[in-house]
Amino acid sequence: MIDLILLNIATLGIFVILSLSLNLIAGYTGLLSLCHAAFYGVGAYTTAILMTKAHFTFLPSLIISGFIAAFFGFLIGLPNLRLRGDYLAIATLGFSEIVKNIFLNWDSLTGGPKGISEIPPPSIFGIKFSAYNKFQYLILIWIFVAITYFAIKRLTQSRFGRALEAIREDEVATLAMGIDVTKYKVFSFIIGAFFAGIAGSLFSVFIKVVVPNSFDFMLSIIILCMVVLGGMGNNLGAVLGATIIYFASELPKIFGISSLIPPQFNQIIFGLILVLMMIYRPQGIIPRKKIDYETNIVKEMKLRNKK
Amino acid sequence: MILLYTKGLRKVFGGLVAVNNVDFEVEKNSITGLIGPNGAGKTTLFNNITGMDIPTAGDVFFKGKIITGLAPYKITRLGIARTFQNIRLFKDMTVLENVMIGRHFKGTHPYLTKNSFINAILGYIYVKREEKDIYNNSMKWLDFFNLKDFANEKAKNLPYGKQRELEIARALATEPELLFLDEPAAGMNPKETEDLMNTIKRIKELGVTIVLIEHDMKLVMNICDKITVLNYGKKIASGTPKEIQNNPEVIEAYLGREDE
Repeated sequence: MIDLILLNIATLGIFVILSLSLNLIAGYTGLLSLCHAAFYGVGAYTTAILMTKAHFTFLPSLIISGFIAAFFGFLIGLPNLRLRGDYLAIATLGFSEIVKNIFLNWDSLTGGPKGISEIPPPSIFGIKFSAYNKFQYLILIWIFVAITYFAIKRLTQSRFGRALEAIREDEVATLAMGIDVTKYKVFSFIIGAFFAGIAGSLFSVFIKVVVPNSFDFMLSIIILCMVVLGGMGNNLGAVLGATIIYFASELPKIFGISSLIPPQFNQIIFGLILVLMMIYRPQGIIPRKKIDYETNIVKEMKLRNKK
Repeated sequence: MILLYTKGLRKVFGGLVAVNNVDFEVEKNSITGLIGPNGAGKTTLFNNITGMDIPTAGDVFFKGKIITGLAPYKITRLGIARTFQNIRLFKDMTVLENVMIGRHFKGTHPYLTKNSFINAILGYIYVKREEKDIYNNSMKWLDFFNLKDFANEKAKNLPYGKQRELEIARALATEPELLFLDEPAAGMNPKETEDLMNTIKRIKELGVTIVLIEHDMKLVMNICDKITVLNYGKKIASGTPKEIQNNPEVIEAYLGREDE
């Protein structure tokens, strides 16, 4: 039982990283991206390949996974120079299908439909992870959740984040303010993809198996739902959204009643939450927060005076 | 001294010649009016100068250098700011944030690299300083327009006249040498127009050159040093307000020809 809870909290951490990073792309920059599962998959497969075939240790493969996913983010960011709104969503959808099909069909590298199994447990700074000790993984994953959260929080509270929000509000006006909209859009994709790649890498060492079906298009939709439910453009919202949706779909398993209710029942509840949410609170549970620059500045001045 | 001029600027949309070989000049430290009936190509001319559109032919010169076809953000960085005919504020952001966006590319701290995202994550102390700098400058502009009380209000909640002012404040925050105003008085009542007139004069005193499109003749004739008239994409007249008022071609364009 305790193992089940630890397992769920650890998996939740991976989803939190995913929804935080998608929040940067979809919530802050307002780019409707449906290929987050692809970035996640690229990260997972990179780590799996590096650790099983090239015998890399965990940390380097984690970082390489992040950068390769970021490179894919750059690739999808390029056509996005020309596309807006719905068209971008379709293009990213296409991209996610391409990635999934590569996983499925490049047998020599990705192992085809069987995927890659027996990914060795990670060891960091001499600490060897044991497959039976879920707690170690939980700590590892939540350390990365914290890193992601603070990195994205810093980003969104600087002029970089403000520029992203301006792009969401009005692209033409943002251009007229001297901001290179294209560059910022691509960077938002790159950074979002980087963290999704990190999440993928953590996933692959945690679950030890990667198969193409884990990185389905439906997963992108679920991550998007987490962001929308929690509140677009709010990092805490993304965390909350991920928590709610993850547990809503896992509750029957946790309580051991999944044999009593049909699995479709989950999806009905899940759909119902979304419909109700869109009707009664379209801005999400925690809507975008206004940054109080005034008190921030005043606070700092007081601190300085004390010194 | 001529700050900006266009040479044979031409813009064609399909079969329609929106701007037809226009030579448009802007004197430094002046207020230039751009008038003409609806559909005369005034906004198209603005868009072509500020890079929102790429001209079919002809060139734009700013401070003696060609800026034709540069990306709009680069043109803004050179010192040309603009407002839009249908207000384009960042509606869900606060009034203060709107102006802070205008400070975006000015706010770089000397110790920071150009890539703001790396700084944002790693250069915490510098970013703090940078933000403070942006904040103080933005407040200065809000003060200039008496918008300080609205600083934490969402832009979309402002009354119409204030939204127009905020858009100008935001454009000025980029510290332009040349400011393009596209129908700043549209939809304003006489009192608001009066205030706007004073505001524009105050902006001119800051040393900013202003070009404005306007249909309100009282405003145009009162504050403009020079006026250019467009009709069907062609420049039909240019001169002081007095000259324009008595120009038969302009009168014809506005009121129609006296038929026999």
